Amino acid sequence: MNKTNPIIYVVVLGAAAGLLHAQQSDITIKLTQGERAAIAVPDMRGAGASAPLGRFVNETLFSDLQESGLFRMVPKSMYPVEVPQRPQDFVAPQPAPRAGAPPIRKGPWLTDWSGPPANANYLTIGYAAEQGGRLVLFGWLYNVNQTDLANAQVFGKLYFGDLDEGGARKVAHDFAADILGQFGFKSLAGTKVYFVSDRTGAKEIWEMNHDGNSQRQLTRYGSTSTFPAVSPDGTKLLFTTYASGYPMIYLHSLETGRRLPFYNQRASMNATAEYTPDGQTVLFSSTAAGPFAQLYACKPDGTELRRLTHSNAIDVEPTVNPRTGSDIVFVSGRSGLPQIYRMNIDGADVVRLSSGEGEAVNPSWHPDGQHIAFSWTKGYDPGNYNVFVMDVTTREYVQLTHGAGRNENPCWAPDGRHIVFSSNRSGSTQIYTMLADGTQVKPLTTQRNNEKPVWSR
Amino acid sequence: MRKRKITAVVVLAFSLVMVSAGCRKKPPAPPPPPPPAEPKPAPPAKPSISTFVAEPSTIQRGQSSTLRWSVSNATEVSIEPGIGSVQPSGNRQVFPSSTTTYRLTAKGPGGADSASATVTVSQPPPPPPPAAPPPKKSLMQRLEEEVRDAYFDYDKYDIRDDQRSVLTNNASALRAILNDFSGAVITVEGHCDERGSAEYNLGLGDRRATAAKEFLVQLGVPESQLRTISYGKERPQCTESNESCWQRNRRAHFSAGQ
Repeated sequence: MNKTNPIIYVVVLGAAAGLLHAQQSDITIKLTQGERAAIAVPDMRGAGASAPLGRFVNETLFSDLQESGLFRMVPKSMYPVEVPQRPQDFVAPQPAPRAGAPPIRKGPWLTDWSGPPANANYLTIGYAAEQGGRLVLFGWLYNVNQTDLANAQVFGKLYFGDLDEGGARKVAHDFAADILGQFGFKSLAGTKVYFVSDRTGAKEIWEMNHDGNSQRQLTRYGSTSTFPAVSPDGTKLLFTTYASGYPMIYLHSLETGRRLPFYNQRASMNATAEYTPDGQTVLFSSTAAGPFAQLYACKPDGTELRRLTHSNAIDVEPTVNPRTGSDIVFVSGRSGLPQIYRMNIDGADVVRLSSGEGEAVNPSWHPDGQHIAFSWTKGYDPGNYNVFVMDVTTREYVQLTHGAGRNENPCWAPDGRHIVFSSNRSGSTQIYTMLADGTQVKPLTTQRNNEKPVWSR
Repeated sequence: MRKRKITAVVVLAFSLVMVSAGCRKKPPAPPPPPPPAEPKPAPPAKPSISTFVAEPSTIQRGQSSTLRWSVSNATEVSIEPGIGSVQPSGNRQVFPSSTTTYRLTAKGPGGADSASATVTVSQPPPPPPPAAPPPKKSLMQRLEEEVRDAYFDYDKYDIRDDQRSVLTNNASALRAILNDFSGAVITVEGHCDERGSAEYNLGLGDRRATAAKEFLVQLGVPESQLRTISYGKERPQCTESNESCWQRNRRAHFSAGQ
């Protein structure tokens, strides 16, 4: 199998989505393959009561744009001295008095940013203020390669939030989301990562924001609770727990935090539950029929069971194609060491996706229904997993991590461009995010051990 | 007044008589005392009991006491009850079963004497309670002592040749244990090392537990008293990343059921 270039892979995705979006947009944004737009994000200032909040706005905006992986961030040292705060701060240069001479600069202008040393394609400007006890952020995005202001302004918008740090981060997330939206991408602001942490002494299910902020404990069974799965609408949480003695599937409402009824068929284990994309079916693995864990489907309350696999091997981790809703990938030991297989949801047409080398586990569908991320020991000793991405049709794959500890349970972000995973590269198991090309690896957790991340919209 | 006069006259008269007598001639010497009485033959001596003791004077039932006696001047000595005639001095072991007062009677020409000695018989202290039977071991203790873990190869759940004897021994131990704890349920736990994925290991641990259980059932351990549970790699015995620790974690373990 050939290895594809991961950078090209990401940008190809970006270009396709950008073109799609361009049809509905009044401006055209082109991303050439292999090259990312350069964006300058000078610090904005806050007036009056909003002044102390400026740094939260700037920090959040910069990091959202940087982590999107969409842009090349222009180094701040390259910025011009004069930074406009609003459109009227731009002053068009006076036309050159004679042909061949440069125009006469009268004040801040687009070319300050498009020319060297900044060489930016895009520029954000704006400022914050207090208005009626609330925080308001005035934000504009400019395409500084344009020659006149009217065409250069991509958009300008007001964002409202509470007059505190949380409000400051919110307005910045919103501004960043709109900028990403111009390029056809969804912001991850507002998305959550569900995970397992043992920081209380027992493994419990936790949640946090996509950037690692606001970590919160969701279960309190004092047992071992693991393998979280979140319903597509984000209102329900399925997980596997030993709270009743045996590994069983529990269902919680994420709105009330309470346990909801979920029927567990009689078995020594019911585990690794996952929702179908429409939220109407749950897939899981169970030993109800005998010695081997097999795949089953049921309604979201655990009833109306249907057996999916009939193998003399361990079948676990079913996960449904989010695009088709009808084909699943799962992990099976039917050919020896665990490998990743694909089949129709009715159990037909089973094919092995991984090559049979080492152990391939933890498949996670990309939102496009065409790629999976997974953990594979290929090239390493048992237990030393790396994160790979595979095209399920061509079975071409790229390796995203390279031997830095055990890298497991990759899960795609809703934007299809980020992956959250766990790694013990620091000595303890922690959760990290990275771009789908393996760059911009960022830790989200630090306390005790954290694993099994699931990125939910 | 008249009476006084008379008393004075009498006293005066008596005095005159006395004075006139002293003036008379000396009287004859008194007769000698009678000779001492002729000694009579000595009467026979009365028997005398110089000693009559019981040693010890207090015994526990079943023990003996020794009576000692010494009598003089007796022709006939007897101790009652239960002994009868005895020599004038001697000793005798007695085994009274209850407190008894022995009476020694000595008779002789000179009479009779008697003395008594009491042997007090006390109840022996109760015997120590029967030795407590050895404390009954708990189900958990017996499992710990008599049943051993069975080990598996990496990613395998079939019973290894070198583990068959372990499980065979376990089967007889479990049969005995379940005989003593008839209502007990034994949990066969399946465990895995840290290297496989947690998800797959849950299935693998279940398979190991089931394989061990099936082996035991074949050897006559009642299936109804065996349960299986997989802990995957969630409950490791050790956490080092080396083969000896991994091997310790790839096991079927036997615990008291829930």
